Amino acid sequence: MILARVAGSITSTIHHADMVGRTLLVCDKLNSSGEPADGYVIAIDTVGAGVGQTVIILDEGNGARQILQVDGMPVRSVVVGVVDHVG
Amino acid sequence: MFLGKVIGRLVPAVIYDGMQGVPLLWVQPLDKTGADKGDAFVCADGTRMAGCGEMIYWEASREAALTLDPSYVPVDHAVVGIVDDLYLEDES
Repeated sequence: MILARVAGSITSTIHHADMVGRTLLVCDKLNSSGEPADGYVIAIDTVGAGVGQTVIILDEGNGARQILQVDGMPVRSVVVGVVDHVG
Repeated sequence: MFLGKVIGRLVPAVIYDGMQGVPLLWVQPLDKTGADKGDAFVCADGTRMAGCGEMIYWEASREAALTLDPSYVPVDHAVVGIVDDLYLEDES
């Protein structure tokens, strides 16, 4: 899993059938100092995360499909948690 | 998934069985602000509706082939959807 910060969102009406109703968040990956670094990833939200929040992203396909409970869905990155504090 | 921009369309003369009729697009990857980032690559179009100049989001590796039916095909990048609007916190 990776630590990231939600930077924004994407709206899309034409997409793969399994993506209907999904919230897509643009997330900046964070480095060990908690600063945005090393690019971004677009992840599907499962926890109701919002812009500005620090989140945990699962970045692995099989686990993502199990969480979303859709076989054969073309997804790899899923937001699976909102972080209150990094000690 | 990542952002990209469709910059061209490919017409294959010969293609692997199972990929007939699948649109192939030339895609320039973008950073989150929509600026070019990295080298262009060929994408299968899982939406079958993306066109030149459109901003799309794409997926790589095994997940890319899952956009297609049959999904056991030699595809490593695919368009998952077309971006209508990209909202970024900094721009608001």
